[in-house]
Amino acid sequence: MFPASRYSCQARRCVRLLQKIKTEHATPQLYTTLHRRACSTVSTPRITTHYTIHPRDKDPRWEGVEMERFADEADVVIVGGGPAGLAAAIRLKQLANKHEKELRVCVVEKAPQIGAHTLSGACLEPSALTELIPDWKERGAPLNTPVTEDVFSILTEKYRIPVPMMPGLPMQNHGNYIVRMGNLVRWLGEQAEEVGVELYPGYAAAEVLFHEDGSVKGIATNDVGIAKDGSPKDIFERGMELHAKVTLFGEGCHGHLAKQLYKKFNLRENCEPQTYAIGLKELWMIDEKKWRPGRVEHSVGWPLDRNTYGGSFLYHLNEGEPLVALGFVVGLDYTNPYLSPFREFQRWKHHPFVAPTLEGGQRIAYGARALNEGGFQSIPKLTFPGGLLIGCSPGFMNVPKIKGTHTAMKSGMLAAEAIFPKLTAETLDSETAGLHVPEYAENLKNSWVWKELYAVRNIRPSFHNYFGLYGGMIYTGIFYWIFRGKEPWTLKHCGTDANQLKPAKECTPIEYPKPDGKISFDLLSSVALSGTNHEGDQPPHLTLKDDSIPVARNLGIYDGPEQRFCPAGVYEYVPLDTGDGMRLQINAQNCVHCKTCDIKDPSQNINWVVPEGGGGPAYNGM
Amino acid sequence: MSGRVLVGVKRVIDYAVKIRVKPDNTGVVTDGVKHSMNPFCEIAVEEAVKLKEKKLIKEVVAVSCGPQQSQETIRTALAMGADRGIHVDVSGKDYENLGPLQVSKILAALAKQEDAQLILLGKQAIDDDCNQTGQMTAALLDWPQGTFASEVSLEGDKINLVREIDGGLEHIKINTPAVITADLRLNTPRYATLPNIMDSLMNNETELHKPNHRTSLCVGLIPLFETVAPEDMQGGTDRSGAMLRHTVLQSGKPKRIILSCLCI
Repeated sequence: MFPASRYSCQARRCVRLLQKIKTEHATPQLYTTLHRRACSTVSTPRITTHYTIHPRDKDPRWEGVEMERFADEADVVIVGGGPAGLAAAIRLKQLANKHEKELRVCVVEKAPQIGAHTLSGACLEPSALTELIPDWKERGAPLNTPVTEDVFSILTEKYRIPVPMMPGLPMQNHGNYIVRMGNLVRWLGEQAEEVGVELYPGYAAAEVLFHEDGSVKGIATNDVGIAKDGSPKDIFERGMELHAKVTLFGEGCHGHLAKQLYKKFNLRENCEPQTYAIGLKELWMIDEKKWRPGRVEHSVGWPLDRNTYGGSFLYHLNEGEPLVALGFVVGLDYTNPYLSPFREFQRWKHHPFVAPTLEGGQRIAYGARALNEGGFQSIPKLTFPGGLLIGCSPGFMNVPKIKGTHTAMKSGMLAAEAIFPKLTAETLDSETAGLHVPEYAENLKNSWVWKELYAVRNIRPSFHNYFGLYGGMIYTGIFYWIFRGKEPWTLKHCGTDANQLKPAKECTPIEYPKPDGKISFDLLSSVALSGTNHEGDQPPHLTLKDDSIPVARNLGIYDGPEQRFCPAGVYEYVPLDTGDGMRLQINAQNCVHCKTCDIKDPSQNINWVVPEGGGGPAYNGM
Repeated sequence: MSGRVLVGVKRVIDYAVKIRVKPDNTGVVTDGVKHSMNPFCEIAVEEAVKLKEKKLIKEVVAVSCGPQQSQETIRTALAMGADRGIHVDVSGKDYENLGPLQVSKILAALAKQEDAQLILLGKQAIDDDCNQTGQMTAALLDWPQGTFASEVSLEGDKINLVREIDGGLEHIKINTPAVITADLRLNTPRYATLPNIMDSLMNNETELHKPNHRTSLCVGLIPLFETVAPEDMQGGTDRSGAMLRHTVLQSGKPKRIILSCLCI
């Protein structure tokens, strides 16, 4: 009796106040609290308020708001200030300066400073960098650690099986450098500014603009000043439009604009779906006695079972202080919804081969990012009227080498070289308003990028056999090491990563050890180390196409895998206020922009869109 | 009255970044770390721009003291609506020793040079939490000061100010020229949007000043011995039992005490 009347009192109050809101604009907080209370009596509380799901032209709160955008013209706009985007920008300006042509190249980047969203192992193959900037050493590129030792192991729970690193194996690192990729990207940004590229960090490209003939016109940056419930704040301002003759999309692995472009231009009709992995990384300051600068360690095996692709890396940097970069990669085609890549990483650090290095050390950074594993089979159509895809966005990573930066940079350079003659030609030779540059794809096919990816194309798919990891290693040994990838067949992947999860009832939960606070840590303290933050009062940028699916399907069938695969604790299933049932809580402020949720959600309900520019992790030389 | 407002903006480590002490304990790691404009300085810039939009003042000049990168902070202020920027170039050892007294001497000199009517500053910087620059600047110039302002209104040549103090809100009226320091609830700063950033990059409205002996930078006024991270928090002990016993002894009979949190 008592609870029922309490609800009906609240409901009546809500209805009265909601009627008042129709005429006057109530403060955003009041609206949200009321709405939430009203909805707790309804089965699904409203989670998504983003305008990509709830369009503003039908929203009464947006009536009368000025929606016109300031527009500017450039010759080339590059979305994404990572290795590919910056390499393309630098190459374009190098060509322009050499041929004495005026070219306006603008790079928009969602990170607050160039390099702040960059995360990679990383062992860099300097081939592409040397092609781009031959005197990189004199210019102070942060490639300070040549690889001196290369160690590969198969781990079991207590022991380690060493694998000899023979020359010719893809993981061999002779001639490569261990780098802090964030610092390299920052240096590339400085080089870009020197040649005259306009860099705009802190501004995210949120929308692709189209000409009337359907070709890409440019991009628009994100709107600012939208409240958490989707209504405009006093400081609301529209984003800016940047129009360009051609737009390069270098958003990195699983970019959100690229996702839209695949659909619009049907770029993936003749290739396999992309498959991914998640990489988690930490930086540690270790005891000097344990420091061996130039040492590269890779391992496979424990704690993953033979049918879950993944492994670890541990690199000793040589930049004056005893710093190691270590991390763990888990293929996102794993089948057990109880698997937590973060906790596998923390568990791995306790292995007797790894823990001694970390004992007495201090963890100073943490981050995570998805990476491509599809390789050759998953490369989509790369050009469309008005634009091109470069870098990890279409995906040129050499999976067994675990390197994608050199191919990403080369793709950026090839794009620039293909675009330049078309841009500076006397007459604009294009059927569409936006330039179509199919020469880029041709040049890529004739370059070493293609040959390299073709040679390793079968290694990753070879893991899909009964023996899992071991079958894959045997295949690599025979067909790559001996036959150099020349076998006439091309193995297929298994389909999208999202479809690989088995229902929870068919799988056993995994017992992870508790973090000990010295070598392994809990999730929230790790997220704090990433320095991630977003403006709190904005719509969550992890949008759900249907708010009811998480509890109905993800939790119901798969026991909510997103609460385990998210490396930042964004997704939580919490009990409803009414006590019966659960609801999904999205802690959007924690997001580190890794894109794993968009990839691995079994219902493909989560759509990651870009938050207000400047938000996200604050990686420093990751 | 020139109608000119000087706004001080400081480049600090972003508030969301986890601070790390340098291994040699001489300070915190700043290299490559994300920096942004001090949040209270953003509020000060917003207030200045609002006054300009209300046509109560004519020009907003953003000032920052620091190395080359301070120009980014000034550019953000320009993008928010400031008209001009002044970058006082202080780098290296001088920058490490730069504290509120030196900055207030610089601001005082600039205020005289630019014939400023008003100086707007943030109440404190989030890296040193000194809360001294505004007050020192006012003292050096012998101007009235309105600190912790949560409401500012100009009335002729006087300023009505509401200050947030421990006891509540204090309403004061001060003459111009004056120094005002902004507190959190003064306003909500606007975003520096891309078109404005592009303009500020293109127009290059920032002058470079080098401090000289007149705006003397006293080197190492406050010697810094060591920077250490705070100790890890230890668990607390429950003293509730002791508290209850003490009360019983005092009055002779047990009292009903509502124990909220007695962990020390």
